[in-house]
Parts: sequence; structure tokens; C-alpha cells
Amino acid sequence: MLQGMAKATIEAGALVRVRIPSPLRSYTDGADEVVVALPVLAPEHPPTLVAVLAALEQKHRGLRFRIIDEQGRVRPHIKLFVGLDLARDLDVYVPPDRDVMIVAALSGG
Amino acid sequence: MPRPSVRPVVPPAHRVQLLVATRKGLWVLSSDIARRGWTLAGPHFLGHIVHHAVADPRDGRTWLAAARTGHLGPTVFRSMNRGRTWKEAKQPPAFRSGSGRAVDHTFWLTPAHASQPGVWYAGTSPQGLFRSDDGGATWGGVDGFNDHPRRAAWCGDDKAGTPDGGKLHSILVDPRDPAHLLIGLSSGGVFESTSAGADWRPINQGVRADFLPDPAPEFGHDPHCLRFAAGNPDRIYQQNHCGLYRLDRPGDTWTDIGAGMPKSVGDVGFPLVAHPSEPDTLWVFPMDGTDVWPRVSPGGRPAAYRSLDGGRSWRRQDTGFPARDAWWTVKRQAMTIDGRSPAGVYVGTTSGEVWGSRDEGRTWRGLARHLPEIYAVEVA
Repeated sequence: MLQGMAKATIEAGALVRVRIPSPLRSYTDGADEVVVALPVLAPEHPPTLVAVLAALEQKHRGLRFRIIDEQGRVRPHIKLFVGLDLARDLDVYVPPDRDVMIVAALSGG
Repeated sequence: MPRPSVRPVVPPAHRVQLLVATRKGLWVLSSDIARRGWTLAGPHFLGHIVHHAVADPRDGRTWLAAARTGHLGPTVFRSMNRGRTWKEAKQPPAFRSGSGRAVDHTFWLTPAHASQPGVWYAGTSPQGLFRSDDGGATWGGVDGFNDHPRRAAWCGDDKAGTPDGGKLHSILVDPRDPAHLLIGLSSGGVFESTSAGADWRPINQGVRADFLPDPAPEFGHDPHCLRFAAGNPDRIYQQNHCGLYRLDRPGDTWTDIGAGMPKSVGDVGFPLVAHPSEPDTLWVFPMDGTDVWPRVSPGGRPAAYRSLDGGRSWRRQDTGFPARDAWWTVKRQAMTIDGRSPAGVYVGTTSGEVWGSRDEGRTWRGLARHLPEIYAVEVA
């Protein structure tokens, strides 16, 4: 949870926790979750997934292309969740205190 | 403070190293001076699908590996010290934003001309051509192909074709002219550029495409592998879905050279390798292309076939291979040849075995087994 963060920090921007599946942890030095900071234009306009992924890419270069293709589409067998909700596109908002979770399909062989 | 000494990275002078790219990672097989004893090192990138790993002959130390990891997007890994350490490409091959296309995987890697150190070409699936000018760190599309107004007609729909997608492969760079390129499209045929990729034309005359309504179309063929003849880039050999062919320039019509193969074996297969110094010598590794296309060794009896006369006649080479019940598939990038004399020939199977010959195919022995499905074998 993000409680304990300075109130001033939360008001100036948003801190979004992103949960990282194991295949992508080589980009995050092994971390299974990272926190990215994003500006918030207005309380009624939280950041979108696009912004969260852009911030994630700034911190962990190369990660985004492994889950989003060059046309900005989520790759097949990759799913992005905002809280408990499956994101159908990247323009969805990430409300305060909602985690983003990157899920790679378990299938393989 | 004195700088620490750096161990020079030089290619092994008296031994052979093979880069074995598999469905689950990259292994390196290294021989002793006599090419009798072999040791296996690896894996690099355990769990990653490594489609192709290639050493740069121009600097003797750069290795590139085209990889994809499960459901993640594709990438290229680079080593500047013959595999001791690796870094990921900052910008892997990717189609132009707005084109609607996405690279599924990089399938083929080729170092460019000797006069272009650090320049590489990559072929992808769906079929696309890319170039790096910085040793594989960043890649850009060859727009002359990817955005060619006829590309979609040549290649067909990206989603059509084989389940694992069409592949751009066999990128040949004329050793006399860096602007002269040839490529193979598994869905499309052989294409040539004399303008460093700015424009292309199909060169498929004489090659059958029995699976199409017109068996002799201008394009739409399925070449499996292309190679220059040693020291003679005016001769090109082709293993195609529909047989074996040879092209002698300045002509543009391929000659069928599969007629000399035994009818019981046929003239279809995936790989083809050319001798490093004898232009009339080449090898193929036939597969069963009957009925439903099993794509395994005909009759369960694996063999290489060698020609010493440019494909006019062929001789079976199977001494040392299992005599029966060996249902091998050797993919198009999984046969290679070293530059020693006599030349060593090597194959990797989808059942995870590497076999080698020290005497140009006369005798064979197993070099490694129990590996994952082998996609490619290249001499480093």
C-alpha cells in the first residue's frame, strides 16, 4: 500500500505500483514490483495506463517493448490489470491506490 | 591507478566453436585442435527461444542472438567478447509505427559486407528486413522492402500462410558489392536488390511452386535456404519447398539440380550449405516431403547428400548416422560448415542432437545430445 508516503508527494503526483511477472524481472533487477511516479493534471484525471507504461519504460528501459508492440497494442497472451479489472486498452485511467499488474499467460512448452 | 589488463578476445585459432540456438536457450560447443573432443557450455538465456545466433567474422568477437521469451516480444542480445557477457539491444527490430505490423520474432541474422564493420541485417517473421549500423544495438527498417508498394502482394497477408508465420531468411550480401543483396521469403520467393535495399525484384524463374494454381508464378514461392557458391557470388544454390536449384548469373533462370537425387529420397529439405572454397561442392539434408509432409529423414534413415559438380550428381553420406529408426528434422539454419581443411560439416536436429563430420561428410559422429529443439547451428 502507498500509505505512509508524504501527503505533499501524493498531491503533486501519483505513485503507481506495478507488479512485475517473473519473465520481466531481468529489467527490474529482480524486483517483483516497482513504483513509478507520474504527474497528475487534476484529481478527476488520474494517469492512464499509457502514462504508467511510459514511466515504467523510463525506469526500466526495454521492458515496454516486451509487452506492447510497435503499434501500441498489448501483445497476445499478455494481460494488464488495473486493480482487479482487466484493461481492454491502454487509455484506461489508473485510479489512486490501484495497482497495475502485468500478467503473462501461463501457457508454454 | 593503472588500468586492469583486459584479456584480449580472439577467435580460437585451432579449434571450432559452434553456436547452437535452441527453443530453450543458447549453447556453445567447442572442439579441441583435432575436432575430435567437444565440450558443451551453456546455456545462455535459459528458457528463451533463440532463433539464430551468429558470430561476426569481421571482428572475431561480436556475437548476436535473436531471441524471444515465451509470450514476450522479440529482442536481440549482443556480446562483444564471444559470449562472456551479453547486453540487450536498445532498439530491437520493429516495424514502423503506424504500419499496423508487429515483429513476432527476428528469424535470421547476417553480418553485412566486409567494408561495413558493425552493419548487420536481420530478417523477421512476419517478413521484414532490418539493418543495424551499430553492431546490433539499434535496428531500423529497410523501408525499400518493408514499405515497398508490392510487398504485400509478394508476401501475402501477415496472418495468412503457415501457422508460425512467413519468414525472411537467407540474407546474402555480395562480397564484391555491399549494395547487392538477396533474400529469401518463405512466402514469396527469392528477391534481389542492387541498391542496398532501396528497391527489389523477384528472381524466381525456373523454380516450381506446385502448391499454387500457377506452378510457375513470378513470386509466391517457398525458398528454404540460399547460399552463394564459394568464391563465386555469381552462382547461388537454393533448397526450395519444391526442389533444388542453381542460378548462374548473369542469367535470371534457375536450373533444377534435384533430378540427380534418388527418387526414394527426393529433393526436398530445409538446409543447404556450400563448401567454403570449392564452388561446385554443396550439401543438403533431405526430408520426407510426401503426402502430409512429415519433414523427417526419409524412411527414418538420416543422411546428408553431397554434390561435387554443382548439383548435377549427388552422393549419399550417412556413415556414422543411425541406420534406422532415426526420424530427424534439421531446420534450415541448423546445418553449417567450418572453414578448416578438410571442412567440417555439422547438423543440429529438432530432437536436440548435434552431429559433426571432420572429413566433409564422409563420416559422422554425435557431438552433443539431450539439448532442446535445435533451431540453428553456426560456426563462431
